[in-house]
Amino acid sequence: MSKFKKKKGGDLPAISTASLPDIVFMLLFFFMVATVMRDSTLMIQNSLPAADQIQKLDKKDRVMYIYAGKPSSRYKDKYGTQARIQLNDKFADVGDVAAFVLAERASKRQELQNVLTTALKVDGETNMGLVSDIKQELRKVNALKINYTTRVGDYTQNMN
Amino acid sequence: MAKRAAPEVNAGSMADIAFLLLIFFLVTTTIETDSGINRKLPPTDEVVDPPIIKERNIFTVVVNKDNRLLVEEDIMELSELRQAAIAFLDNGGGQGEEACDYCQGKGDSSSSDNPEKAIISLKNDRETSYKVYIAVQNELVAAYNDLRDREFALLNPMSGLTYTEAQKRYSDPRTSADEKAQLKPKLDEVKTRFPQKLSEAEPSKTK
Repeated sequence: MSKFKKKKGGDLPAISTASLPDIVFMLLFFFMVATVMRDSTLMIQNSLPAADQIQKLDKKDRVMYIYAGKPSSRYKDKYGTQARIQLNDKFADVGDVAAFVLAERASKRQELQNVLTTALKVDGETNMGLVSDIKQELRKVNALKINYTTRVGDYTQNMN
Repeated sequence: MAKRAAPEVNAGSMADIAFLLLIFFLVTTTIETDSGINRKLPPTDEVVDPPIIKERNIFTVVVNKDNRLLVEEDIMELSELRQAAIAFLDNGGGQGEEACDYCQGKGDSSSSDNPEKAIISLKNDRETSYKVYIAVQNELVAAYNDLRDREFALLNPMSGLTYTEAQKRYSDPRTSADEKAQLKPKLDEVKTRFPQKLSEAEPSKTK
């Protein structure tokens, strides 16, 4: 008799998944905007040291990257545990740095060749000997602008 | 014949497609670290006769292979380095022509004459750890930045910026040319007051 009929059945209504694509697209756009394509596969451990007195690097086309650190676990058998330099996708010796810089410089546009910065992405556990050797090589080819790439953080994080 | 409604396109697989793209981007991209400490290396050509620098104008920092600091022949903790460097740079102990009218230091005659003459010399061992070296560099740059912030605030009380913020704005490509032209003389003024003279010796060999 009553006008308000009790709804029949106890089963729950299905949750609408119509907005799921929207959520996923939102995440997708976030990652597309906030990240950049990886250009070389790292074959070394690369946990950068922290510093807070930092300056931003120049635009990407004015920077060349030199990586250094201990070979990561996959390459340990082949290359040992001593810290090494990585240029592009290969392990390299100190002697290859100069040739690499010259090749990189030649591949850039004429007007950028004099304003190039070398970004040193060196693992925190590396000894300064290797870094000094790289710096000496850079001096030889007159690549004097360098940048020690670091994480943003307090220096005390480096002490333990 | 009755008008037939267009059949609805099934959007159920939209989420799958979006997930696929998302995972692709997660795998192939990295979040880039694109900031660090800028340094300029000295050119290789030998200086024929190096200028004579007074001992008191050099602030020597040595980092040994056990990552311990020796500053001006004394053992020091890294946390004290910034203050020590500021005290040295800001000392202003010069007389007459070499006097420094904006220094606020003690004027100690055994420390630097004026900031333009003061040189920080950093020396490390081949076995010094890189992260400690970066921490030391960071503290020395911080000493310069602290002093430059102070001078910048004194010279431009109305700007509401610190030196480091102004420098950041200046090097930001989005800043307009007008603003850059306005900032440049202010920054240069501060830089001539406290020029960054940080010399790095070639590392010593461990015996």
